[in-house]
Amino acid sequence: MFRTSAVKNRVLLVLVIVGAVAAWCLAFLTVAPNRLVSGTAIPLAQISDPLRDVLLLPAAILVLGVFLPQRGRTHVAVAIAATLLLFGLAWLAGAHAARLAETAVATSRTALGGGFWLLAIVAWLAAIDAIERLRRGPVAAILAQLSVLLPVIALLFAGELGQLSLLREYATRKDVFYVALARHVEIVVAALLPTLLVGIPLGIALFRRAKPKVPVFAVLNVIQTVPSIALFGLLMVPLALLAGALPGLRSLGISGIGMAPAVIALMLYSLLPVVRSTVAGLDQVPRPVVEAATGMGLTRAQVFRKVELPIALPVFLSGVRIAAVQAVGLAVVAALIGAGGMGALVFQGLASGALDLVLLGVIPVVALAVVVDAAFRLLSSYRGTPAG
Amino acid sequence: MIIFEHVGKAFADVVAIDDLSLTIAEGEFVVVIGRSGSGKSTTLKLLNRLVEHDSGRIVFAGDEIRRFKPEELRRRMGYAIQSIGLFPHWTVEQNIGTVPELLGWPRARIRDRVTELMELLDLAPETYRGRYPHQLSGGQQQRVGVARALAGDPAVLLMDEPFGSLDPVTRETLQQEIVRIHKASGKTILFVTHDIDEALRLATRIVLLDRGRVVQVGTAREILEQPATDFVSDFVGRGDIGIKLLGLDTVAAFVRRGESAAGDPIAISASLREALSMLVARRVDRLPVADDDGRLVGVIALADLAKPRP
Repeated sequence: MFRTSAVKNRVLLVLVIVGAVAAWCLAFLTVAPNRLVSGTAIPLAQISDPLRDVLLLPAAILVLGVFLPQRGRTHVAVAIAATLLLFGLAWLAGAHAARLAETAVATSRTALGGGFWLLAIVAWLAAIDAIERLRRGPVAAILAQLSVLLPVIALLFAGELGQLSLLREYATRKDVFYVALARHVEIVVAALLPTLLVGIPLGIALFRRAKPKVPVFAVLNVIQTVPSIALFGLLMVPLALLAGALPGLRSLGISGIGMAPAVIALMLYSLLPVVRSTVAGLDQVPRPVVEAATGMGLTRAQVFRKVELPIALPVFLSGVRIAAVQAVGLAVVAALIGAGGMGALVFQGLASGALDLVLLGVIPVVALAVVVDAAFRLLSSYRGTPAG
Repeated sequence: MIIFEHVGKAFADVVAIDDLSLTIAEGEFVVVIGRSGSGKSTTLKLLNRLVEHDSGRIVFAGDEIRRFKPEELRRRMGYAIQSIGLFPHWTVEQNIGTVPELLGWPRARIRDRVTELMELLDLAPETYRGRYPHQLSGGQQQRVGVARALAGDPAVLLMDEPFGSLDPVTRETLQQEIVRIHKASGKTILFVTHDIDEALRLATRIVLLDRGRVVQVGTAREILEQPATDFVSDFVGRGDIGIKLLGLDTVAAFVRRGESAAGDPIAISASLREALSMLVARRVDRLPVADDDGRLVGVIALADLAKPRP
């Protein structure tokens, strides 16, 4: 039975409750005498800053949003309030860290606490949810969801967050950071391009000839289930042997460790989503459409280029999107076999117990994955009118 | 002219078409009818070589069809199937312009042709030109399908159950339009359906198929009045034959000029079937008849309907 309830938006209700718990019970910041020891917690309640009280306003709007009728105006208000809250939280953390730095010793570090992270995630999710509810189409939604992060990025570039431990870690490792980031992107691109070059023709061939489809997918599925560390390890041995036997390979930079096994492993992982989405995309082109096209006198090549390919494209792109996002994440593990990339920072941080260094490695990877995902979603939601 | 000479086709071991011989003259509207699996769609596809025949000869425009390049042959024959055959990623304009585009017409000529066809099929060009198939109703999609088949000005139009998925009202409107287009253009049409009423309404000649063999070829009247076998009688519906025969004639054939009767008049262009229905519904034995301008010209009498045609 339909029951009118005071709660109009349950998703937002859950987020508000989680946010409230995080604000009251978890450390907003932690302060430590140096970068390796764990610090003492500073809850939000102990931060006496007028900005903190100003933030109660957007927080109150989110609470109201749970109970207000779910109209377009409510969603816009919630999205703006959540964006401001996210911005304010970052600013508050940065400002407080700067204030602490004025009095403390140079080695002391102010780190973002669990409370901050949880509140920030809550605010971001609230904004995303509100934007989804506006139903303005995929392109507008993706752009709006990315622009929620813009004020925080502006703070970052303005240097307002410079005294937070994460950014002090960044400042001391700037050179390594950019080398690692460039290497990370390099690994992903070097793996994806050959995957597409192999995967698309393979997918098309499997679509045309159904017989080898089952064994090929069986092999690709098995590869997909091999844990990534194991696959990297498995590739080290044959590649090392190959490089030993053929010195020419070694001069090309191919050896048991480094880029080569990492790129090959990522290729193998990416092959399944690419091949599967190529086949699935072509499979869902309605037979009558192909028959009508043939019956009207399009050649085999024209049917493929003008009819099958464009209709298959959205499904295909979603497969490439999955492969790309997956590769961005998996490339972290590649650092274990000496390929470099953001994983190098992560594993170095883990080894030395420096949490900030781990985060410095992880956050850009997450950001990269979000951007790649958004880029592909934008690409596949674009319905161009093909030249007739 | 299209000639099928002892044509045979089998898929694996199953015979789809068995010794089919048929000559279709220019300007005919031939409806191929049969139950599912009778080979009626295959007959159509043999002609545009979506299916290749195993034996016999098929002649189009004076040549065996194997002597044409398949694409060239197909571009000379319009092809319309159920609405799902529209290209979902192309606009109405692009869909209709497919064959002219393939034939390499200049852009302006394609645009004019699309406009002309949209008007012919009662689709407001400026409203629908830029729409995608999923933004149209089933009837509108089918209109686009017919327009697309006509676009290259083909000598022959092949239609495979084009109105199969439509509601009865929309279907009847489109049937009237295809008859009108046939009369105006004089194109040869080969039309496949499983619906006997559709066949009776459209065809200048009906070809009845059963299990790949031709059972009877003839006009609607011949099929109804002289069914060749029991199968034909069953197919056209034994109990309805009289009613269906009435559907082939108009009131004009039996009107008693100069006489008069009470009540609302029936149009002189209405079918005798409609006249009978109206007579029974009103429980009268005479109806006044009005001409196209609404002037009363005479009556139609119940007793006359059973008589042979004057």
